[in-house]
Amino acid sequence: MTKVWAVYWREVQAYFLSPVAYVFMAVFLLLTGWFFAARLFATQYIEMQVVFANMTFMFVFIAPLLTMRLLAEERRMGTDEFLLTAPLTVGQIVVGKFLAAVTVYLAFLAVTGVYPWLLYRYGFPDWVTIGTGYLGVILVGAAYLAVGVLASSLTNSQMVAGLLGFGVLLLSLVVDRAAVVSTGLLAKVLQAISISARANGLYMGVLNVADLFYLISFTGGLLFLTVRVMERRRWL
Amino acid sequence: MLEVTAVTKLYGRATGVRDVSFGVAPGEIVGLLGPNGAGKTTIMRVVTGFLTATAGTVKVAGFDVVDQPLQARRHLGYLPEQPPVYPDMTVASYLDFVAQVREVPARERRARIGSAIEQLDLSSVSGRLIGNLSKGYRQRVGLAQALVHDPPLLVLDEPSSSLDPGQTVEMRNIVRRLGETRAVLLSSHILAEVERICARVVILKQGRVVAADRMDRLTRLLAVGTKLRIQVRGKRRDVDSVLAKVPKLESWELEDAGEDVVVGHLHPSSGADIRETLFFRLAEAGYPLLEVRPEVPGLESVFMELTGGAMPAHKPGKSASRSGVEVRGR
Ligand SMILES: Nc1ncnc2c1ncn2[C@@H]1O[C@H](COP(=O)(O)OP(=O)(O)O)[C@@H](O)[C@H]1O
Ligand SMILES: [Mg+2]
Repeated sequence: MTKVWAVYWREVQAYFLSPVAYVFMAVFLLLTGWFFAARLFATQYIEMQVVFANMTFMFVFIAPLLTMRLLAEERRMGTDEFLLTAPLTVGQIVVGKFLAAVTVYLAFLAVTGVYPWLLYRYGFPDWVTIGTGYLGVILVGAAYLAVGVLASSLTNSQMVAGLLGFGVLLLSLVVDRAAVVSTGLLAKVLQAISISARANGLYMGVLNVADLFYLISFTGGLLFLTVRVMERRRWL
Repeated sequence: MLEVTAVTKLYGRATGVRDVSFGVAPGEIVGLLGPNGAGKTTIMRVVTGFLTATAGTVKVAGFDVVDQPLQARRHLGYLPEQPPVYPDMTVASYLDFVAQVREVPARERRARIGSAIEQLDLSSVSGRLIGNLSKGYRQRVGLAQALVHDPPLLVLDEPSSSLDPGQTVEMRNIVRRLGETRAVLLSSHILAEVERICARVVILKQGRVVAADRMDRLTRLLAVGTKLRIQVRGKRRDVDSVLAKVPKLESWELEDAGEDVVVGHLHPSSGADIRETLFFRLAEAGYPLLEVRPEVPGLESVFMELTGGAMPAHKPGKSASRSGVEVRGR
């Protein structure tokens, strides 16, 4: 446990010591804030559901930037030769790093807490919806981060990892859209695999066990794949 | 402490190493010697578990590196070719991170890090970012990383490559000191390096072991049958006639080197040690032998022969030690 903590904490520090995290955070907050404000001022009414969907949409662009460094850079610098020869399982390394990225994401979200606070100050927000909504935003964000972590394990170039992660997430957005516009069996299939479709219920205050299970196992599955990719490399 | 048995590592079709076996005992420094591409790094990566062997077994402190990887890795410290340091961390915070990952108990952590910093003389830079340190210091931080948990086996991949001569001597002394109590496996493509600190050598060529023996035996092997350089007091013609009567001496060249001193380059027939005969014949004839030594220093010639006529390249500016001979593959 100390070992996972050590990996996690080193990574969290690396995030907050570099200016990059703050830039991403600023961009994220600016964009989500703009959506929030624009809607609120235009209609004097806000559906948090839309705000949540916007947050995860923004995060498609930011998640790969947060994760691209995680494993690719270790390989480029040769520090993976330390991590992979230390008394540490690959799973511990991957989990430590993933949790560090999630922590940064949670820090972003913590600042967005001003939106519901504003609603509380000046209106009557639905706290249940806000709660499940944030749960949805966290789970979808974690899934996006897991995509980025897997991409980062596949290459020793941050850039390639970033582009790869971004490409996959864009594809998932296409699936999300297609799930909305298509009909029949195709729609059913697309909805089943679409990430945002799974989260829509949560954004509207509906807690569905199947959705939770899907989102969590999606993330878990990607992390497991990451571990396999790295284990595999020992055999080359 | 380390047992490597019949290890083969293939990279796809390419061979990393083939059928390599050797061992390292506690208190022993063993050198892996070979030109670039001989497979030194490959062996070290297999030993440390970074790569898995295609065939064969490696045991560290009795634990198989594949079947009991964590147990095996607990007993080793590894300095890869590139020191595995994070440029954005300070020396102290990096070593603290390493100590945690290496399972140094929280109570002992400070003391262990302090001792590693002291052993490698890093106290003056412990608060600096590693990215701002010189190559030599970075290498030392890498070595501190390898020993912060006080492992019984140290695996060091070319620890003094890319260091300047002064740093190389320092590094050599550090490694020698570490080897007093530990098992050390060290690789180098520089002969002088290995010759000076290793009790035993494993010489690799294209992934295979071509010689493995105690250093003194390898060097004795060389004294036999190699060219000799002699210095004799006497006239050239007289010395020439004495040499003509020495058995097993195939050919020689003589040159005058000042008043009444002759320098000779002798080629004995292979496998023959003519030094004693030479001494007595010259003494009997009244020409004192002032000096006799192998024409090519020690291990080098054997190494050359074993690794297949690799060209020695004296590179004045870049060579890691003054007398160091860099040996590269063809
Ligand atoms: N990752 C790799 N993929 C393919 N071939 C490799 C790889 N690493 C090393 N090799 C090959 O294996 C051989 C041994 O390399 P290496 O162990 O690095 O030698 P050394 O450390 O003695 O210079 C070389 O021929 C090298 O080209
Ligand atoms: Mg090497």
